[in-house]
Formats: sequence, structure tokens, C-alpha cells
Amino acid sequence: MSFIDTLVQGVLLGGLYALFAAGLSLVFGIMRLVNLAHGDLIVLAAFLLLVLVTGLGLDPFLAALLAAPLMFGAGWVLQYVLLNRTLGKDVLPPLLVTFGLSIIIQNALLEGFSADSRRISTGALETASVGLGPVTIGFMPLMAFLSAVAVIVCLNLLIYRTAIGRAFRATSDDAVTAGLMGIRPQRIFAMATGLAMVVVTIAALYLGTRANFDPTAGPARLIYAFEAVIIGGLGSLWGTLAGGVILGVAQTLGAAVNPEWQILAGHLAFLAVLLIKPRGLFPRAVD
Amino acid sequence: MTALLETKGLMAFYGDFQALFGVDITVSQGETIAIIGANGAGKTTLMRAISGVLASQPGAILCRGEPIGALAAPDVLAHGVAMIPEGRRLFPSLTVEENLLIGAYGRKLGGTWTLESIYELFPILRERRGYPATALSGGQQQMVAIGRALMSNPDVLLCDEISLGLAPVVVRDIYAAFPRIRASGASIVIVEQDIGQALKVASRVYCMMEGRITLSGRSNELSRDQIHAAYFGADRHELH
Repeated sequence: MSFIDTLVQGVLLGGLYALFAAGLSLVFGIMRLVNLAHGDLIVLAAFLLLVLVTGLGLDPFLAALLAAPLMFGAGWVLQYVLLNRTLGKDVLPPLLVTFGLSIIIQNALLEGFSADSRRISTGALETASVGLGPVTIGFMPLMAFLSAVAVIVCLNLLIYRTAIGRAFRATSDDAVTAGLMGIRPQRIFAMATGLAMVVVTIAALYLGTRANFDPTAGPARLIYAFEAVIIGGLGSLWGTLAGGVILGVAQTLGAAVNPEWQILAGHLAFLAVLLIKPRGLFPRAVD
Repeated sequence: MTALLETKGLMAFYGDFQALFGVDITVSQGETIAIIGANGAGKTTLMRAISGVLASQPGAILCRGEPIGALAAPDVLAHGVAMIPEGRRLFPSLTVEENLLIGAYGRKLGGTWTLESIYELFPILRERRGYPATALSGGQQQMVAIGRALMSNPDVLLCDEISLGLAPVVVRDIYAAFPRIRASGASIVIVEQDIGQALKVASRVYCMMEGRITLSGRSNELSRDQIHAAYFGADRHELH
């Protein structure tokens, strides 16, 4: 494998990590909520896709289209009914509640689907690729990367070009004053988590079609998502993509040297960025 | 005739601490009133209670005779009561224009105030429309805060200490916009520590001390001594 090919594979892997992280970044950026169940919600969405694909015989992409509004609704209700109650000056309640939610999701999935590893099949697309000289680009990894870019472009357009995006930013700045503008922060937060769950569904599509997953796969996804968000700078969506790419490239470079070093190399890159720029590469000006 | 806005025996609390003790005020359609008082008198608490930021008893605040005391801030705004909060509280991640636009988020249908009419009221904001709101001078920020509240086309505009921390010449410029705001039909409640300024713009004045109204009357009928006494506490009981 050439060095350039390794780099390209790393960048494409980074797209998947950016998808894992974008929802986390969105939720943190708007309501300063660290959702420890984020990885488990990705796995939950992957199982939902699995059920739709195997149960109804749907194409995985079509299944994702169907699952996205369901996950949006689940996220809206989760935030409005449960997580909004944990928000306040104390950072501990949301951490404890989402940690508990993580355990509940994992155990519910274990009960429902057993501990077996699963995979969502995309048929011939799984092995489809394009050869560009020394570089071979897989169709699904390329789709994952392009989806990550599209998700971040769409979220940025939503946040910076629409009335609801202004409401997101205003509520993030000052929820009490936002209330004086007629904004209902509880609903804005629910909307943000709903949107994050749509991104989670897209991430789940590529997680489930790229690799095996099981009910306990969530926490590792959460760690990658966290690392991508923190490398990029808290609250910055383009930074999150950059963080995902740095993590992906570090992992593939590490794996190229020694397959056992893949995960370690990613963590080392994360630590190196933290040492050099503790607030991440592109921190928000206002925190 | 039913008052546009009134408080009846309004009490407000911060936890166990009682900040307002039975406050009664009345605001009629198109009227400008001033609430004056020293620091800690309860003026801002009164504004927070009316605007729904601070919870109070349901029937203690009435808008067109309807109880609004238990409503949250967005619902109070839906009744046409908008507030310019103390310290302006602009949204730092929004530009000047976005701060104005967010003011229209819960707007009523119709009304005179639009982005264009706000820019006519404060032309400098048009030039600064793309700047981060908090990068502006204090006076310009106050103009944004006023414009933002007007964007909801309020029937009652609560102005909490809008002259605080501003140079006298800037305060004069800001108050120069008030006749135009009044002409739009809105009633205005001004909270001020600057007694002279308050008497100049308001037709009636309420003076507060320690969470109570200590004096009320028409601006042109109250003597300087009466206001002085009510503001600083001398002969409080005689003035009731």
C-alpha cells in the first residue's frame, strides 16, 4: 500500500468519524450537553436499519430515509421529556443520565438482538471501487466521506442562514434572553437533538455497512466522536470534520506501520493536538 | 376602561428572599410611564416579573384584563409585552442584523416595525448590519437592543435601565427615538435611575424603594422634594 493510498484511506475513514461526531458537536454547541449515550444511539440506529433491511427487504439507503424521521422523533422526545430536565448550572446530571441511558440501550439491544455481530449488506456496492493510479477508492467509504461533507454543509447552512439557526445560536448564547424573543429553549433543544439523531442515522448507515457492530459497540464510537470533536474545537462543525480526518489519517498511518497500532495512533494524535492546542484546532470564539 | 397592563399586589421572590411587596402599577394605551428608584429598589425585578422571566402569581399581572402572571416569557411576548433587558443582553454570536431579526421570532402579525423601519430609526445600524453585535459601542448596542424589542411589534415596551453606563450625549440620542416609538402606538415603561430623564419622557412616574411603590403621580405634578423623599426614603410613610 502506497503512502498516498494510506493517506486517502485515512481521509475517507475520517469522514465516518466526522459523521459519528457531527451530532455530538451540534448538541454540545447548542446546549453544552455532553451526551454519553451518543455512540449507543448510533448503534441503536444501526439496529433499526438492520431491522428495516432484513425485515422489510429495503435497500439500506431507503431504510435510512425511513429511519431518519423516526430517529428525529425519538431524539425530540428524548430531549424534551428527559434530557431538558437535566440541563442547568450543574454539569453532572446530564452526564449521569446519558451514562444511564447508554447502559439501558446496550442492555435492551442485547436482550433484543443477542451479542452476535451484525452487518448491513449493500450487495455489490460493498466491494465497488474506483482505481486512480496507486490509489483505490471504495464506493462506500467515498460515500461516507461525501455524506459527512454534505451533512456539515447542510448543518452550517441551517445554523447560519435560517431563522431556526438564528434561534439555535441565540439560545446557545443566552437562553433566558432568547425566551424574551419568543423562543422556547426547551423546544429548540429538542429540535437540535432531533437533528442530531438524523445525523446519527446517516452515521449508522455507514457504520453498519462498513464494519460489524454489536450492542456493545457504542462506547468505542463515542470515543472516536469525542476525539474528533475535541481535536476540531468544541462547537465547530468544520473543525469536527478536520478532527475526524486527523483521527482517520493517524489510525491508517499507524495501521500501515503495524496493524496493532491503529487505535493507539489515533489516541496519540488526539493527545498531541491537545498538548499543542488545548482548545482544539478551530475553537468557537465565544464559549 | 381596562388598563393595557397592570399589576395588582404583585409579589416576587428569589428563592426565599422576597423582592417585591404588593406592587400596583397601571399602564394605559399609548402612555409612557417611568419607574424610578435607587439600586436594589426592585425596579428590575418588577420588569423581570412582568416579562415572564421571573414567576409570579397568575392574577397579579394583567394584560387587557387577562392574567399573565404565570406565563413564561414567550407567552408574555405573545400578549404584546416586550422587554429591553438591563445590560442589553445582545446575542454575541449573531450579527447586528441577526439580532434584529431574532426579535421578530415571536412577532405578532402586522404592526409598523420592520427591519427597514428600524434602520430608519437608527441609521447607523444599517451601516453596521454585518458586524457582530457586541463589537459595537455601548450606545449602538443599546440601539440594537431597542430595535430588537421593537421587531416584535409590541403593545407595551419595557425598557430596563437603557441609559445605564452610557455617556449623556448618547443617552440623549437614544431618547430622541422615543417620540417615534410612541407614535407607533406602543405604551412604554421606562425604568431609570436618572430622575431628570425619566420626568422628561414619562407622563406618570412611580417611585420604588425596597420592593414597594413609595410615590406615584403625574410627572408635572410631583415636586422635586416629594420625589427626593420617596427615592431616598425620607418621610416615606407620609408620602403614601
